[in-house]
Amino acid sequence: MTTVATTHVSASAEPTRRDFLFIATAATGAVGLASAIWPFISQMGPDAVTIAAGAPVEFDLAPVAEGQIVKLFWRGKLIFVRHRTKDEIKSAQETDITSLRDPQADADRVKAGKDQWLIVYGNCTHLGCVPLGNEGAFHGWQCPCHGSVFDTSGRIRQGPAPTNLPVPPYAFTSDTSIRIG
Amino acid sequence: MTYIPSFASRIAVAVIASFMGASVALASGAAVPPRNDWSFAGPFGKFDETQLQRGFKVFHEVCSNCHSMNKLAFRTLAQEGGPGFSEEQVRALAATYKVKDGPNDNGDYFERAARPADFWPSPFANKQAAAAANGGAAPPDFSVIAKARTYERGFPWFVFDIFTQFQEQGVDYISALLHGYEEAPAGFTVPDGKYYNHYFPGNVIAMPPPLLDGQVSYEKGADGKPQAPETVVQYGKDVAAFLMWVAEPHLEKRKEIAFKVLVFLLVFAGLLYFTKKKIWSDVAGHA
Amino acid sequence: MSGPSTYVPKSAFGKWFESRLPIVGLIHSSFVVFPNPRNLNYFWTFGGILAFMLVAQILTGVVLAMHYTPHADMAFASVEAIMRDVNYGWMIRYLHANGASMFFIAVYVHIFRGLYYGSYKAPREILWILGVIIFLLMMATAFMGYVLPWGQMSFWGATVITNLFSAIPGVGETIVTFLWGGYSVANPTLNRFFSLHYLLPFMIAGVVVLHIWALHVPGSNNPAGIEKKTEKDTLPFHPYFTVKDAFALACFLMVYVWFAFYIPNFLGHADNYIEANAAVTPSHIVPEWYFLPFYAILRAIPDKLLGVLAMFGSIAVMAILPWLDTSRVRSGRYRPVFQVFFWLFAINAVLLGWLGAKPPEGGYVIASRICTAYYFAYYIIILPLLGLFETPKALPASIADSVLGKSGSASAMPAGAAHEPSKKA
Repeated sequence: MTTVATTHVSASAEPTRRDFLFIATAATGAVGLASAIWPFISQMGPDAVTIAAGAPVEFDLAPVAEGQIVKLFWRGKLIFVRHRTKDEIKSAQETDITSLRDPQADADRVKAGKDQWLIVYGNCTHLGCVPLGNEGAFHGWQCPCHGSVFDTSGRIRQGPAPTNLPVPPYAFTSDTSIRIG
Repeated sequence: MTYIPSFASRIAVAVIASFMGASVALASGAAVPPRNDWSFAGPFGKFDETQLQRGFKVFHEVCSNCHSMNKLAFRTLAQEGGPGFSEEQVRALAATYKVKDGPNDNGDYFERAARPADFWPSPFANKQAAAAANGGAAPPDFSVIAKARTYERGFPWFVFDIFTQFQEQGVDYISALLHGYEEAPAGFTVPDGKYYNHYFPGNVIAMPPPLLDGQVSYEKGADGKPQAPETVVQYGKDVAAFLMWVAEPHLEKRKEIAFKVLVFLLVFAGLLYFTKKKIWSDVAGHA
Repeated sequence: MSGPSTYVPKSAFGKWFESRLPIVGLIHSSFVVFPNPRNLNYFWTFGGILAFMLVAQILTGVVLAMHYTPHADMAFASVEAIMRDVNYGWMIRYLHANGASMFFIAVYVHIFRGLYYGSYKAPREILWILGVIIFLLMMATAFMGYVLPWGQMSFWGATVITNLFSAIPGVGETIVTFLWGGYSVANPTLNRFFSLHYLLPFMIAGVVVLHIWALHVPGSNNPAGIEKKTEKDTLPFHPYFTVKDAFALACFLMVYVWFAFYIPNFLGHADNYIEANAAVTPSHIVPEWYFLPFYAILRAIPDKLLGVLAMFGSIAVMAILPWLDTSRVRSGRYRPVFQVFFWLFAINAVLLGWLGAKPPEGGYVIASRICTAYYFAYYIIILPLLGLFETPKALPASIADSVLGKSGSASAMPAGAAHEPSKKA
């Protein structure tokens, strides 16, 4: 950049003011560019329709028979609603949680007094595939992609998934219906 | 040849460009709508919340019986830069409407109360039904109608409009149309089931006069009188302002950002000008 | 793009890289040390402005394509969703829509600069023809982009312009059917226009690279229209012209922002906010402002085929301009008679634009015919003859002489500058 060097030498009478001007101009340009980039990043986020569509959804539990797993969507995400059998509840409750990869008691994953209802997100915490119900060594779920095995509380027991199937925010609005979200 | 430096010449270019860009207008034969003072006009324009609320009331009680507005989601009524309804009000309003949803697990479509995320339900099932119920002419959708209507400004006014930022032809036209019903002049035959309107292109309009004085009651102010006169002229203005917001819900934000960007560019161009002068100062024959 | 690079990388990695891919050297020789005529005026900044506009249009366009749905039933609604619900969607769309107009303003200044200073003359004929190709691609891109919102003007613009091809004898109807992918402008048409609207800008970018390549062989023309001879005639591209271009761009952006943020619909058509309807044609359809002069030429000719030929001919004739202008003097600055015809041509072009927006009736038709005749006469009759009969003014001996002769010696400069501040920038 010989040119720049030459210009500097020829202006050596007032180097400070000159440098300040160049720095101020470059800095202003950089600020402008950074501000101009923001809308282009922001537009990648969910738009107003997507955000508004995340309103809570009601779900009627009455038609779900014991032992049945029902799938539903909230915010575009898959959710499992599982009506657990007595045996499934029992095995979930009796598991020694200290041996678990992601220790969590079954009671913390269901609502008190409603322990026949397990509501969990339906995508494997490994890389997002949908695990198959009533499969695997623990009769909970087994993921067909990379073999993660979940128990009847949706907790990770074997395979590469790092955490349990998360529980979405929900509440019982009556004995047989819930509101998710 | 000497050349005027850039900014002036660029403005000149813009003028020439716009000179060539005469915009489309409604067909000739209609009167020019009178200009109104709009709070949202000009570089610092903002919507008047109370006016938007009044306009919404007129739309809600009168226009929406025939006109759809299918790009308006209920939630946006509580959005910043809009009529300023509360989330609660919007939820309550939405719940008064039924929308079609489904299919449910049995494969049936069903009706449920609307939620803020839903869009404004149309008064008719489809365009054909709307046309059939309205003498063969489907009432136009209102979502962007304030931008879809205009009138010929003509030379040289449209050149001045670049600098004055006059962009309110649509709202002026709509508010004028709403009080533009009158007796047809002698010798002018209005077909059966049609009406004469002073401002409508061609003057023959299918829409019956939609508003009457006192038809919509406005909120009372502190003095016990309505916020604004309950007249057709005022209804027209208020609903036009509301339609402008529906057509351009981010207008306020847009104008705010415009000012900031322009100030920035002014500073930046100034700095670049002096930087350029400095850099060129050692070149003989240039300043 | 200016021969072997003299660039020497400083770091070891730089040397390693440069010996394998000498791209930094290419940039260095093309945009840092490249010797530009020192007397370039502000009309020469529009090349840089156009490069910026191309990048800006591609960036905003790629973003819009992330949210847009190219389907006849959903296109209009998806554009409205962009305007309402996408974060800053309104801003990006208005920048893109007005950006097209700004692009054309800049390209018209660029073209008229070339016409005035004889930038199309030898040895820059290929450079000029590449420019004409870019202009054609820009027109195609802009036209197809205007169809995408699927409003009334989109639909009827597409119908009218594609029907131009039906004028071709024999195969016209078949060609039009293939352009449409059906028997009318419909969903298949919209889909292919979207595809091509996305593709063409990248083709423009490719031709722009060739354009700059061809430019860097002889270097820029200049207001004096004489070639650079010694180092005294030139200045390195950086920092002299980078900063000058940057200043001009900042000023240009102010105009852009004014339109895109304050009067975003001024250059558009209200009818395009009405969704496409095959049963109703808007009462007065006109193309976007930048097509109006060509539209006026189309309508000036009462015969369908001849009208279409005249319209395409009005651009084709630009491509052979280097061989039509017989004058040995390049710059209009030294051609007093040429100047008169040139400015008439410029006014004529604006008039054609105005006539293109007027209904084709009465006096407007006659006026369009006169203007069309002058448009072609300028290229085909005036420029060839003018070179033979005109006596040009004396040319300066060199670019340096033209600069110093105009503003006096370097020592006298401050006084002169104080008197004429408008020349400083």
